[in-house]
Amino acid sequence: MSNLKEFTKGLWDEHPIFKLVLGMCPTLAVTTAAINGIGMGLATTFVLVSSNLVISILRGVIPPKVRIPSFIVVIASFVTIVDLVMNGYFHDLHKTLGLFIPLIVVNCIILGRAEAFASKNGLFVSLLDGLGMGIGFTLGLFLLGAIREVFGNGTILGVTLFGEGFYPLIVMILPPGAFITLGILLGLMNKIEEVRGRA
Amino acid sequence: MKEIGKLILVLTLICLAAAAALSQIERITRDPIAQALREEKLRAIRKVLPEYDNEPDKESVSIIIGKDESGNDIEKEYYIAKKGDDVVGVAFEGSSSEGYGGEIVVMIGVDPEDTVNGIEIIKHAETPGLGSKITESVFLSIFKGRNLENTNWAVKKDGGDIDQITGATISPRAVVYAVDEELKRFSEKRDEILEKAKKMSGEVSDPAGG
Repeated sequence: MSNLKEFTKGLWDEHPIFKLVLGMCPTLAVTTAAINGIGMGLATTFVLVSSNLVISILRGVIPPKVRIPSFIVVIASFVTIVDLVMNGYFHDLHKTLGLFIPLIVVNCIILGRAEAFASKNGLFVSLLDGLGMGIGFTLGLFLLGAIREVFGNGTILGVTLFGEGFYPLIVMILPPGAFITLGILLGLMNKIEEVRGRA
Repeated sequence: MKEIGKLILVLTLICLAAAAALSQIERITRDPIAQALREEKLRAIRKVLPEYDNEPDKESVSIIIGKDESGNDIEKEYYIAKKGDDVVGVAFEGSSSEGYGGEIVVMIGVDPEDTVNGIEIIKHAETPGLGSKITESVFLSIFKGRNLENTNWAVKKDGGDIDQITGATISPRAVVYAVDEELKRFSEKRDEILEKAKKMSGEVSDPAGG
């Protein structure tokens, strides 16, 4: 696969949320507002790229029998770094995302890419893979968060959109709204692919 | 045997590298984190107190309010706000575990007449759009000007004076409970707190009340 493809596959063809259906927990839980989606996406991207790089570098050294514990230690270290840095420099976002920052460790996207790609490929392509998947994930979270925020809160990125008479659909910022929105987007994605397949 | 050796070695080295990196990052972020937490507290304190010109989070009084299960003293911080040498307000935290989603922590500011100047919700896990409305000024402003004498401290649904939120009674009820409990505790410990506050700033003269 060409290098460019390694990057762009995470943006559509192998989109982590809508195609691979990975990382569902943070996708549903933190997309109550667009900015939360962006914050979580960027934090995850940092961990994804960093761990892909390290694991790719060490791929000749880590014996297969201990690869999972090794990957987890690497991933958990980067997540802890993100957690500490966010706590110190982006405190409000850290407070909003709360428990879900440490949970990035068990985000299947990261271990998934480590196992399926970084442990078997070179440094540069692993970087591209991580970047593509991470940015795709962030865009997906932003989309989901934006939809839920607009309908469930009447704002986008904190900016109020509608006038006094707007009654927000509270369900959109609650868990059922997450599932519903995700389901609709997944269906839409499949439909688009169907049409493309025919075209 | 040799294979086990390699497994152990690789894992150990990776963990050592991780530990080294993390301890460095922790050291670097320790101060920013402490600063961020301090600012958070200060913001809440500033919102609930009348105007002051000192640093209440640095000038706090520690009072023993009871004992925990092991028999150790439980200490509580009271943040003293001053203008010049006069105490103009005291801020303190309150909490209730009876929130709909769990613990609710409030910062309460009272003026020298033991009347609430303002409250601020510091921590909660209430339902967005419903119980979370306790953080809105429409609800918070209800508390201003109230004290133990002029208010029946319960939500209107329970026969009290405080308006609850439509569709969410449990959250306001927990907040009212927390504020009520802390106001009572403050009136009990008031003299002790103000005594200590005066000693702190080196003042010797006494007017009772303050």
